[in-house]
Amino acid sequence: MNALAASATSTGEAVQFWVLGTVAVIGALCTILMKKAVHSALCLAGTMIVLAVFYLANGAYFLGVVQIVVYTGAIMMLFLFVVMLVGVTAADSLKETLKGQRWLAAGCGLGFGILLMAGIGQASLSTFNGLGRANAAAGGNVEGLAELIFTKYVFAFELTGALLITATVGAMVLTHRERTERAKTQRELSQERVRGKHLPPLPAPGVYARHNAVDIAGLLPDGTPSELTVNKTLRGRGQIRDVSGGAMADLKALEQRSEERLGREAGRENGRDQDASEVAK
Amino acid sequence: MNPVNYLYLAALLFTIGAAGVLIRRNAIVVFMCVELMLNACNLAFVAFSRMHGNLDGQIIAFFTMVVAAAEVVVGLAIIVSLFRSRHSASVDDASLMKL
Repeated sequence: MNALAASATSTGEAVQFWVLGTVAVIGALCTILMKKAVHSALCLAGTMIVLAVFYLANGAYFLGVVQIVVYTGAIMMLFLFVVMLVGVTAADSLKETLKGQRWLAAGCGLGFGILLMAGIGQASLSTFNGLGRANAAAGGNVEGLAELIFTKYVFAFELTGALLITATVGAMVLTHRERTERAKTQRELSQERVRGKHLPPLPAPGVYARHNAVDIAGLLPDGTPSELTVNKTLRGRGQIRDVSGGAMADLKALEQRSEERLGREAGRENGRDQDASEVAK
Repeated sequence: MNPVNYLYLAALLFTIGAAGVLIRRNAIVVFMCVELMLNACNLAFVAFSRMHGNLDGQIIAFFTMVVAAAEVVVGLAIIVSLFRSRHSASVDDASLMKL
């Protein structure tokens, strides 16, 4: 059955190609069009899973499984880790450094795509042998690949081993940080605190009992938000939510409602206000 | 269905990835687009391997995956150290050597 599946394209495969191919292209487009890096990573992971299914459909059983394990399992998760390290909200800057660069790039991409498609269309790709015989010769897809890797391509295989070790060491060297100064002792830290500006703990974030999340700056008595109440990391990323406007608007609405309920008193106060303004004039 | 369709799909994905590398500013997304291009090439290799009926194409695709894994490790380490020193992952900001 495997041999048959690997030597002819059935109607089922055609249906699978058109459905999953659409998904793959949509995932790729979303990867380059999504504003946040996390969404891009997830769309790319979807595209890679679809590609794994295509590998399986093409008779590359080993590569299909490796694609899922290595690409969607390891590489995309590494991407997600780095996105988290670098900051989820680090959105793309929309400022163009070169004028019209985006449109030019899109035009270049379109032209390149047309060129590539035309090239494939012109090539004579009439041979279609299928993998049935190649897979069967060694007793299976994995056995066939193993035979090639450890005989014909054994030198390249050794080189990739050296490459992986080098990459690991390189990553460790690149991300390692040397401590350039001595760590402060507890005594020094306490002295610093007593002699510094803030002896008591820093004021807590949040507004009353309504918005007590850590990213909301506490309000000073005059209604302005105090930056000091928010964690330094959040401040650095610019992730402070300001609810002072909302709080003031709520207060105003509350006053208006109470005035409406006590209509007469409000009218009298309005009248007094008018009197006062007339006197001022 | 003609198996050449797989090649057309690979070309389309490669084009989308190349356009993404040119358009996007975030270094991580640029890197993801490079991965997309590598994957498109792998699909073409696998499709060719089936059309010609030998396993060499799959071997090359396998080596591409290994090299891509090594490349991702080093590339992401560079992005992380760049972010540490410049506090930005935008490729526009890395212009230290510009006159």
